[in-house]
Amino acid sequence: MTPLFQQLVLGLLIGGLYGLAAAGLSLVFGVLKVLNVAHGQLIMLGGYGAFWLFALRGLDPFASLAVVIPAALVAGGVLYWTLFGWVVRAPEETRVKNSLLIGFGLALALEAAAVRLWTADERSVTTGYAGAVLTVAGLAVPVVRLASLALALALCGGLHLVLARWRWGRAIRATAEDWEAALMTGIDVRRAYLLAFALGTALAGAAGTLVSVGYSISPSIGLEWTLKALIVVVLAGLGSMLGTFVGGLVLGLAEAVSATVFGGPYREVVGLVVFFVVLVARPRGLFVR
Amino acid sequence: MTGRRSRALGLATAAALATVPLVVRRDDVLNFLFLVLLSVTLAESWNIVAGYAGQVNLGHAAFFGLGALTTRALWIAGAPVLGAMVAGAAVAVGFALLIGAAAFRLRGAYFAIGTLALGEILRITVGNVRAEISTLPAATIAGYRLAHRYYLALALAAAAVAVVAALGGSRLGLGMRAIREDEEAAEASGVGALRLKLLALALSTALAGLAGGLFAYYHISYYPAHPFSPTWTFDALLITFIGGVGTVHGPVLGAVFYVFLKEYLAIRWVDFHLLIFGLLFVAIVLLLPGGLVEAAARLGALARARVLTAIRK
Repeated sequence: MTPLFQQLVLGLLIGGLYGLAAAGLSLVFGVLKVLNVAHGQLIMLGGYGAFWLFALRGLDPFASLAVVIPAALVAGGVLYWTLFGWVVRAPEETRVKNSLLIGFGLALALEAAAVRLWTADERSVTTGYAGAVLTVAGLAVPVVRLASLALALALCGGLHLVLARWRWGRAIRATAEDWEAALMTGIDVRRAYLLAFALGTALAGAAGTLVSVGYSISPSIGLEWTLKALIVVVLAGLGSMLGTFVGGLVLGLAEAVSATVFGGPYREVVGLVVFFVVLVARPRGLFVR
Repeated sequence: MTGRRSRALGLATAAALATVPLVVRRDDVLNFLFLVLLSVTLAESWNIVAGYAGQVNLGHAAFFGLGALTTRALWIAGAPVLGAMVAGAAVAVGFALLIGAAAFRLRGAYFAIGTLALGEILRITVGNVRAEISTLPAATIAGYRLAHRYYLALALAAAAVAVVAALGGSRLGLGMRAIREDEEAAEASGVGALRLKLLALALSTALAGLAGGLFAYYHISYYPAHPFSPTWTFDALLITFIGGVGTVHGPVLGAVFYVFLKEYLAIRWVDFHLLIFGLLFVAIVLLLPGGLVEAAARLGALARARVLTAIRK
């Protein structure tokens, strides 16, 4: 039984990152009705940001969050201004489809740019404490991954508070609910869109940083992370950041079970199958609150 | 272009391409043209479902892969290659009809991400089951003739273009376009949307399966999961959109442009073409939804207008 429990522990640890990755995608999709399939590539860039800060400046990866998050916030604003802001005028169905296409082109471009900048090799940030492991009831718990899980939870919780308490957070939620009604109550809907997109990108940057510490990054990880985030969004629905985080944990656990039962190479398949089945079973109601 | 003129131009191009192996003895030229023709087939096949029926299928590589997998297995086992390719297409179409009814419950972007997931499921599974590289037997390699592959690719590309052209003015094609514009309205005016979408998918995946078979016939060795890679879908999508989605000659123009720039850039920078094409694609989606075909039409109209005003003066 121990191998299964060990797998479950590791699944839970990476599940927190799935949740964080999905939180950004879910925020952007829920508010703007923009499906940014380049979300995984933004995570990848966040990871390289942390890698660069560590390799060039010797900055601790957890401390580099303080640089990566604001930088990603700005980058998100720029992306909204230059690309995604153009599609929000279209009616919802066209908006989703065109944003998918734009995100797709952006994803290819970002991946190619990352290969130019950092080569196609796998990288990871290896700190002095990277090998530290806690042993709880005979199960190994890597300390760095545990810290990442805690930070992911803190960030999702923080976003929840921002959306619940802050003036503009409430404006974002009102816009997600019904943008026309929000507009009529005097909310600057365009600014709510911009803020939501920037926040979503910042979360991607943070997720990327955490991936680069406990796991590894390469220019081609984007598609995989976009799919993980999509799976979690489909499982958890929209509207609740903490629900999304829990959805991430569930995916991590499900992958662990599938890896134990069907063998490691099939780890990815279970999530994709569940994703497709849930999607087909609820083709319309899925993203409705 | 009018129907008769474009048909004449198409036939002339095909005839000119057919003489190439007789005149040119350089393998690199034939290999390059082979890649263009394979891309034309793949892009036109994708264009049927995405351009005509309006369903962005991001799992297209799965059908290309199934065609390759089946053809390779049967051909190496001793079956004639054409028969093996037809079997590969049949497997691709069979799988398409199996998942089609479920997948077409999804609309717009959800169909896109759903099919992307399906493609990945197949790729990962095939990669796990058939992990070893597939290499042709020595005897087959000794008898390898590039010209055979080239003519097969030419015939297939011509067939794909002809299918899309025939679809253009037909009742079927009109029905598909009605679905693309507004599915509810099409249903209301008597178009059986699901039936037509399945038909479009069957046509599209049959061509993709044949293209996969051609891939299996052409390459001496490759990993069986490689033709399932989403890159094949992405290539088809970029080529079709850059050329002109939903047109007959758009994917042809797109394929020539795409393969030329890809091969040219690969000499110095591998994968750099994706940076250019990714951005170009975004620009086309935002600014020029008709792609190169629309750009050419607009330039043509502009030039005619210039000439007319010059004459009037």
